[in-house]
Amino acid sequence: MAEELLVAITSDLDVVSARQKGRELAAVAGFSSGDQTVIAAAISEIARNILMYAKRGEISLRTVLNGDLDGLVVVARDQGPGIPDVTRALQDGYSTSGGLGLGLPGARRLMDDFDVVSAPGKGTTVTMKKWRRRHA
Amino acid sequence: MEVPILKQGLYLIASIQSALTDADLSQLREALIQRVGKFRARGVIVDVTALDVMDSFAVRTLRDIAHMARLRGAETVIVGIQPEVAFAMVQLGLTLKGVSTALDLEEGLAFLDRQAQERIERTRGRIIRG
Repeated sequence: MAEELLVAITSDLDVVSARQKGRELAAVAGFSSGDQTVIAAAISEIARNILMYAKRGEISLRTVLNGDLDGLVVVARDQGPGIPDVTRALQDGYSTSGGLGLGLPGARRLMDDFDVVSAPGKGTTVTMKKWRRRHA
Repeated sequence: MEVPILKQGLYLIASIQSALTDADLSQLREALIQRVGKFRARGVIVDVTALDVMDSFAVRTLRDIAHMARLRGAETVIVGIQPEVAFAMVQLGLTLKGVSTALDLEEGLAFLDRQAQERIERTRGRIIRG
Protein backbone atom coordinates (compact mmCIF):
# COMPACT_ATOMS: atom_id res chain seq x y z
CA MET A 1 0.00 0.00 0.00
CA ALA A 2 2.81 2.38 0.89
CA GLU A 3 5.00 1.56 -2.06
CA GLU A 4 5.83 4.41 -4.34
CA LEU A 5 5.37 4.51 -8.08
CA LEU A 6 7.87 6.72 -9.89
CA VAL A 7 7.35 8.08 -13.38
CA ALA A 8 10.19 9.96 -15.04
CA ILE A 9 8.97 12.96 -17.04
CA THR A 10 11.13 13.72 -20.04
CA SER A 11 8.66 13.84 -22.95
CA ASP A 12 4.98 14.39 -23.69
CA LEU A 13 4.59 10.60 -23.81
CA ASP A 14 5.53 10.49 -20.12
CA VAL A 15 2.78 13.02 -19.35
CA VAL A 16 0.22 10.55 -20.71
CA SER A 17 1.88 7.67 -18.92
CA ALA A 18 1.95 9.53 -15.57
CA ARG A 19 -1.73 10.42 -15.69
CA GLN A 20 -2.68 6.88 -16.73
CA LYS A 21 -0.69 5.38 -13.85
CA GLY A 22 -2.28 7.90 -11.50
CA ARG A 23 -5.71 6.90 -12.70
CA GLU A 24 -4.93 3.18 -12.25
CA LEU A 25 -3.65 3.73 -8.73
CA ALA A 26 -6.71 5.84 -7.89
CA ALA A 27 -8.95 3.05 -9.19
CA VAL A 28 -7.15 0.46 -7.03
CA ALA A 29 -7.47 2.79 -4.03
CA GLY A 30 -11.25 2.87 -4.58
CA PHE A 31 -11.74 6.36 -5.97
CA SER A 32 -14.84 6.90 -8.14
CA SER A 33 -14.35 7.19 -11.88
CA GLY A 34 -15.10 10.91 -11.55
CA ASP A 35 -12.31 11.31 -9.01
CA GLN A 36 -9.99 9.19 -11.14
CA THR A 37 -10.47 11.60 -14.03
CA VAL A 38 -9.97 14.61 -11.76
CA ILE A 39 -6.72 13.13 -10.44
CA ALA A 40 -5.55 12.28 -13.96
CA ALA A 41 -6.28 15.83 -15.14
CA ALA A 42 -4.33 17.34 -12.23
CA ILE A 43 -1.37 15.05 -12.92
CA SER A 44 -1.49 16.00 -16.60
CA GLU A 45 -1.24 19.71 -15.74
CA ILE A 46 1.67 19.45 -13.32
CA ALA A 47 3.53 16.92 -15.48
CA ARG A 48 3.29 19.31 -18.41
CA ASN A 49 4.55 22.11 -16.16
CA ILE A 50 7.67 20.01 -15.50
CA LEU A 51 8.25 19.62 -19.24
CA MET A 52 7.61 23.28 -19.99
CA TYR A 53 9.70 24.84 -17.26
CA ALA A 54 12.26 22.26 -16.18
CA LYS A 55 12.45 19.96 -19.25
CA ARG A 56 12.72 16.94 -16.97
CA GLY A 57 11.66 15.72 -13.59
CA GLU A 58 9.66 12.98 -11.97
CA ILE A 59 6.25 12.23 -10.55
CA SER A 60 5.78 9.97 -7.60
CA LEU A 61 2.46 8.34 -6.82
CA ARG A 62 1.43 6.56 -3.65
CA THR A 63 -1.54 5.86 -1.46
CA VAL A 64 -1.75 6.78 2.22
CA LEU A 65 -4.11 6.16 5.12
CA ASN A 66 -5.25 8.85 7.50
CA GLY A 67 -7.81 7.72 10.06
CA ASP A 68 -10.85 6.72 8.07
CA LEU A 69 -9.59 8.46 4.96
CA ASP A 70 -7.78 6.89 2.02
CA GLY A 71 -5.55 9.26 0.15
CA LEU A 72 -3.66 9.43 -3.09
CA VAL A 73 -0.51 11.49 -2.95
CA VAL A 74 1.11 12.92 -6.06
CA VAL A 75 4.52 14.55 -5.79
CA ALA A 76 6.04 16.30 -8.80
CA ARG A 77 9.73 17.15 -8.49
CA ASP A 78 12.12 18.91 -10.80
CA GLN A 79 15.49 20.60 -10.64
CA GLY A 80 14.40 23.34 -13.02
CA PRO A 81 14.66 27.12 -12.68
CA GLY A 82 12.12 27.24 -9.85
CA ILE A 83 9.26 29.67 -9.37
CA PRO A 84 10.25 33.18 -8.25
CA ASP A 85 6.77 34.05 -6.97
CA VAL A 86 4.73 31.01 -5.94
CA THR A 87 1.73 33.06 -4.79
CA ARG A 88 1.49 34.65 -8.18
CA ALA A 89 2.00 31.36 -10.01
CA LEU A 90 -1.06 30.06 -8.17
CA GLN A 91 -3.24 32.84 -9.56
CA ASP A 92 -5.52 32.07 -12.47
CA GLY A 93 -4.32 33.32 -15.80
CA TYR A 94 -0.76 33.96 -14.69
CA SER A 95 1.69 32.26 -16.99
CA THR A 96 5.27 32.85 -17.99
CA SER A 97 5.16 30.21 -20.71
CA GLY A 98 2.49 31.63 -22.97
CA GLY A 99 0.16 28.86 -21.81
CA LEU A 100 -3.31 29.32 -20.43
CA GLY A 101 -1.97 29.90 -16.94
CA LEU A 102 -4.24 27.19 -15.62
CA GLY A 103 -1.65 24.57 -14.74
CA LEU A 104 -0.99 25.16 -11.07
CA PRO A 105 -4.23 26.93 -10.03
CA GLY A 106 -6.27 24.43 -12.04
CA ALA A 107 -4.55 21.44 -10.45
CA ARG A 108 -5.04 23.03 -7.03
CA ARG A 109 -8.79 23.29 -7.63
CA LEU A 110 -8.94 19.65 -8.66
CA MET A 111 -7.19 18.29 -5.58
CA ASP A 112 -7.95 18.50 -1.85
CA ASP A 113 -4.49 19.41 -0.57
CA PHE A 114 -1.97 21.33 -2.58
CA ASP A 115 1.47 22.53 -1.66
CA VAL A 116 4.27 24.10 -3.69
CA VAL A 117 7.85 24.43 -2.52
CA SER A 118 10.08 26.32 -4.89
CA ALA A 119 12.84 28.86 -5.06
CA PRO A 120 14.78 30.30 -7.98
CA GLY A 121 17.56 27.90 -9.00
CA LYS A 122 16.39 25.27 -6.53
CA GLY A 123 13.73 23.48 -8.56
CA THR A 124 10.10 22.92 -7.72
CA THR A 125 8.23 20.33 -5.71
CA VAL A 126 4.46 20.16 -5.94
CA THR A 127 2.68 17.87 -3.49
CA MET A 128 -1.02 17.27 -3.99
CA LYS A 129 -3.47 14.90 -2.35
CA LYS A 130 -6.96 13.63 -2.94
CA TRP A 131 -8.93 12.01 -0.12
CA ARG A 132 -11.86 9.67 0.06
CA ARG A 133 -13.80 8.38 3.04
CA ARG A 134 -13.33 4.68 3.54
CA HIS A 135 -16.56 2.77 3.77
CA ALA A 136 -16.69 0.31 6.64
CA MET B 1 -0.69 7.80 -32.45
CA GLU B 2 -2.22 9.35 -35.54
CA VAL B 3 -5.93 10.12 -35.39
CA PRO B 4 -7.85 8.74 -38.38
CA ILE B 5 -9.78 11.39 -40.32
CA LEU B 6 -12.74 10.20 -42.39
CA LYS B 7 -14.45 12.16 -45.10
CA GLN B 8 -18.22 11.93 -45.08
CA GLY B 9 -19.87 14.08 -47.72
CA LEU B 10 -18.94 17.68 -46.95
CA TYR B 11 -17.74 16.80 -43.46
CA LEU B 12 -14.51 15.55 -41.95
CA ILE B 13 -14.74 13.27 -38.94
CA ALA B 14 -11.71 12.87 -36.68
CA SER B 15 -12.29 10.00 -34.35
CA ILE B 16 -9.85 9.93 -31.45
CA GLN B 17 -9.17 6.31 -30.53
CA SER B 18 -6.99 6.57 -27.44
CA ALA B 19 -5.16 8.94 -25.12
CA LEU B 20 -3.18 11.51 -27.10
CA THR B 21 0.12 13.19 -26.42
CA ASP B 22 0.58 16.92 -27.01
CA ALA B 23 2.43 16.09 -30.24
CA ASP B 24 -0.48 13.89 -31.42
CA LEU B 25 -2.92 16.73 -30.74
CA SER B 26 -0.80 19.24 -32.66
CA GLN B 27 -0.51 16.78 -35.53
CA LEU B 28 -4.31 16.39 -35.58
CA ARG B 29 -4.70 20.18 -35.76
CA GLU B 30 -2.36 20.46 -38.76
CA ALA B 31 -3.94 17.49 -40.56
CA LEU B 32 -7.50 18.80 -40.11
CA ILE B 33 -6.75 22.33 -41.22
CA GLN B 34 -4.93 21.07 -44.28
CA ARG B 35 -7.71 18.64 -45.18
CA VAL B 36 -10.47 21.23 -44.83
CA GLY B 37 -8.93 22.80 -47.94
CA LYS B 38 -8.05 19.60 -49.73
CA PHE B 39 -11.57 18.18 -49.46
CA ARG B 40 -13.38 21.53 -49.47
CA ALA B 41 -15.05 20.46 -46.24
CA ARG B 42 -17.85 22.57 -44.72
CA GLY B 43 -17.85 20.87 -41.36
CA VAL B 44 -15.45 19.16 -38.96
CA ILE B 45 -16.41 16.76 -36.20
CA VAL B 46 -13.88 15.83 -33.55
CA ASP B 47 -15.05 12.82 -31.57
CA VAL B 48 -13.36 12.85 -28.16
CA THR B 49 -15.35 9.97 -26.63
CA ALA B 50 -12.15 7.96 -26.09
CA LEU B 51 -10.17 10.81 -24.50
CA ASP B 52 -9.36 9.92 -20.90
CA VAL B 53 -8.66 13.48 -19.87
CA MET B 54 -9.06 16.95 -21.35
CA ASP B 55 -6.41 19.13 -19.85
CA SER B 56 -5.49 22.71 -20.72
CA PHE B 57 -3.40 21.71 -23.72
CA ALA B 58 -6.11 19.50 -25.22
CA VAL B 59 -8.74 22.20 -24.76
CA ARG B 60 -6.54 24.87 -26.27
CA THR B 61 -5.80 22.67 -29.27
CA LEU B 62 -9.48 21.87 -29.86
CA ARG B 63 -10.30 25.57 -29.63
CA ASP B 64 -7.54 26.34 -32.13
CA ILE B 65 -8.88 23.69 -34.49
CA ALA B 66 -12.37 25.20 -34.35
CA HIS B 67 -11.15 28.75 -34.91
CA MET B 68 -8.73 27.83 -37.68
CA ALA B 69 -11.32 25.68 -39.46
CA ARG B 70 -13.80 28.57 -39.31
CA LEU B 71 -11.23 30.83 -40.94
CA ARG B 72 -11.05 28.21 -43.67
CA GLY B 73 -14.83 28.14 -44.09
CA ALA B 74 -15.73 25.06 -42.04
CA GLU B 75 -17.75 24.76 -38.82
CA THR B 76 -16.37 22.51 -36.09
CA VAL B 77 -18.29 20.57 -33.50
CA ILE B 78 -16.71 18.64 -30.64
CA VAL B 79 -18.66 15.53 -29.69
CA GLY B 80 -18.48 12.89 -27.00
CA ILE B 81 -17.13 14.73 -23.95
CA GLN B 82 -17.69 12.20 -21.16
CA PRO B 83 -19.43 13.29 -17.94
CA GLU B 84 -16.32 12.79 -15.77
CA VAL B 85 -14.21 14.67 -18.27
CA ALA B 86 -16.72 17.55 -18.33
CA PHE B 87 -16.64 17.67 -14.53
CA ALA B 88 -12.84 17.81 -14.40
CA MET B 89 -12.76 20.46 -17.15
CA VAL B 90 -15.07 22.75 -15.21
CA GLN B 91 -13.02 22.27 -12.04
CA LEU B 92 -9.87 23.12 -13.98
CA GLY B 93 -11.54 26.28 -15.25
CA LEU B 94 -11.49 25.12 -18.86
CA THR B 95 -14.26 26.18 -21.17
CA LEU B 96 -14.73 25.67 -24.87
CA LYS B 97 -16.15 29.14 -25.31
CA GLY B 98 -16.94 29.90 -28.93
CA VAL B 99 -16.74 26.22 -29.88
CA SER B 100 -19.82 24.15 -30.69
CA THR B 101 -20.33 20.86 -28.89
CA ALA B 102 -22.81 18.02 -29.23
CA LEU B 103 -23.56 14.92 -27.22
CA ASP B 104 -22.38 12.36 -29.75
CA LEU B 105 -21.57 11.81 -33.41
CA GLU B 106 -25.24 11.60 -34.41
CA GLU B 107 -26.05 14.94 -32.77
CA GLY B 108 -22.89 16.45 -34.22
CA LEU B 109 -23.91 15.52 -37.76
CA ALA B 110 -27.42 16.86 -37.17
CA PHE B 111 -25.93 20.11 -35.89
CA LEU B 112 -23.76 20.55 -38.99
CA ASP B 113 -26.72 19.72 -41.26
CA ARG B 114 -28.81 22.39 -39.52
CA GLN B 115 -26.01 24.92 -39.91
CA ALA B 116 -25.72 24.14 -43.62
CA GLN B 117 -29.49 24.43 -44.02
CA GLU B 118 -29.54 27.82 -42.31
CA ARG B 119 -26.77 29.00 -44.56
CA ILE B 120 -28.80 28.02 -47.63
CA GLU B 121 -31.90 29.75 -46.28
CA ARG B 122 -30.00 32.92 -45.54
CA THR B 123 -28.63 32.96 -49.07
CA ARG B 124 -32.08 32.31 -50.52
CA GLY B 125 -33.58 35.10 -48.44
CA ARG B 126 -31.05 37.52 -49.81
CA ILE B 127 -31.77 36.47 -53.38
CA ILE B 128 -35.56 36.81 -52.96
CA ARG B 129 -35.28 40.19 -51.28
CA GLY B 130 -32.89 41.15 -54.06
